Amino acid sequence: MTRLERSEKLIRLSLLIIAFSAVSVLAVITVFIFEQGTPVLFKYGFKNFLLGLDWYPGEKSFGLLPMIIGSLLVTLGALVVGVPLGLACAVTLTEFSSKRVRQVVKPMIELLAGIPSVVYGFIGVVILVPFIRRTLGGPGLSVLAASIILGIMILPTIISISMDSFTALPKTYREGSIALGATRWQTVRLVLFPAARSGIIASIILGMGRAVGETMAVIMIAGNAATIPRSLLAPVRTLTSNIALEMGYASGDHRQALFATGVILFIIIMILNTAANMTSRKRKG
Amino acid sequence: MKAREASEPPNEPNAFWRMPLFGFLSLCLILQDSGCSRGSAQRGLTVAGSTSIQPFADRWAEIYMKIHPGEVINVQGGGSSAGIQAAREGAADIGMSSRELKADEKDLSEVIVAWDGLAVIVHPENPVRELTIDRVRDIFAGKVRDWKDIGGKPGALTVVTREEGSGTRGAFQELVMKKSRISREAIVQDSNGTVREIVAHDPDSIGYISLGLVNDAIRSLILDGVKPDVETIKAGKYSLVRPFLFLIRGAPREKAGAFIDFVLSEDGQDLIQQEGLIPVSKGIGEP
Repeated sequence: MTRLERSEKLIRLSLLIIAFSAVSVLAVITVFIFEQGTPVLFKYGFKNFLLGLDWYPGEKSFGLLPMIIGSLLVTLGALVVGVPLGLACAVTLTEFSSKRVRQVVKPMIELLAGIPSVVYGFIGVVILVPFIRRTLGGPGLSVLAASIILGIMILPTIISISMDSFTALPKTYREGSIALGATRWQTVRLVLFPAARSGIIASIILGMGRAVGETMAVIMIAGNAATIPRSLLAPVRTLTSNIALEMGYASGDHRQALFATGVILFIIIMILNTAANMTSRKRKG
Repeated sequence: MKAREASEPPNEPNAFWRMPLFGFLSLCLILQDSGCSRGSAQRGLTVAGSTSIQPFADRWAEIYMKIHPGEVINVQGGGSSAGIQAAREGAADIGMSSRELKADEKDLSEVIVAWDGLAVIVHPENPVRELTIDRVRDIFAGKVRDWKDIGGKPGALTVVTREEGSGTRGAFQELVMKKSRISREAIVQDSNGTVREIVAHDPDSIGYISLGLVNDAIRSLILDGVKPDVETIKAGKYSLVRPFLFLIRGAPREKAGAFIDFVLSEDGQDLIQQEGLIPVSKGIGEP
């Protein structure tokens, strides 16, 4: 073997090691969370965790149902706010505005993604929460406040990915449709939307991922009451907030129960990811 | 078909992974971190634990290092439980706890370094100025839901509490709630500061914080006829009082002992009295 060959082989090996170190982080996280979280799940019963209504770690009751529902509610709320806004914005920018407008607005939207979540939370606390309290009543810290802020936070994801899928459509789609006598809106609704469907779904799922995982902003504006909210104006606690709120003071089984919360969160994220994979596979088939 | 292929971002399933996973990863790191805040300086003294005591420990450390140049004291937060754990594992020389030790934690020796009052606070414009402790318990248990039932302006009460495991919550549970549970529907915040912030802006809210942190933005309530302040606590009249503890494993070693001596000295105790705590030297009975 020549020197060149040997060094080539060495480089290949080291690249392989580096590449796998990234994957191994995932493995380490999975093992660690399950190792820390599952013993307590079995000790107090999987069912009690999933269906229990009471979160009183001091009394050894670890019901996570309010937090599971809280996470799902807040995520759903974020989608209700973010999806129509994001899609409308994407369609307007790609189909109904000039290139110059697009060149100015798109970077601005991408900038939105760079704002730290604690800033969104702060804006929520200072502006949105008092506004909700004054106009709609309740404490202000609520499902509604969290949904609106999260809806705004997922906008850049939804807008830029669905914009990309619109611009990737071949020009002939638009030209053909217009040539058949369709109006611009008919073209968007009947031709472009169905054609870009997969990209739009991907953007929504990505946005959903961000909403489920967001922690800081939600802690600041959701009120964090560990109960199933009775209305949109009631406070709510998500799985991520549950971990972040209590980890500082938790010890023993309580600490383990927070890891169990992580396990549940992990499973939810896995389910979402599988759903994302399935929709992308369907597209290819 | 080609168009469809083109419309999908090439690495979309991967991209989906990244965001929640990164959040998750950082959470794990934080979880790990809070559990074992290892002392960074080798020569220095590490004091870690309760975030309620931390600002006062910072003051002590600052002055102590001024008096003894060359000595290094690292003050870290992390929470009471983290402080207890750190003291047990030797990760910190001194642990700080704002709650009493549980039965299985009694292997540590504890030194009371200060007393802190708990104040029940409301919005400054709230007409209610006085409550009995039994009433406060009913409020936090969710039995009283409207201010009009306790002599205030009609409006649904917004109850604000601390998170499970917090030293302040533990003390409140023990001193006020006794066997009752704090309502599930109470809003939960993870620091004295945010509780104060919410109460300062919501006219219908009620919360509890460390007495040293009461300011003009909120008003503390008179409980069972006693106004919460340093005088009433020293006189043993105000009952919502909890100890601030320093914890050491085994006998205090040289440096930790010297620091604790300073903390308990007249200078050390004067320092925290200025900040609103109640010194131990003035000797109030076990509350």
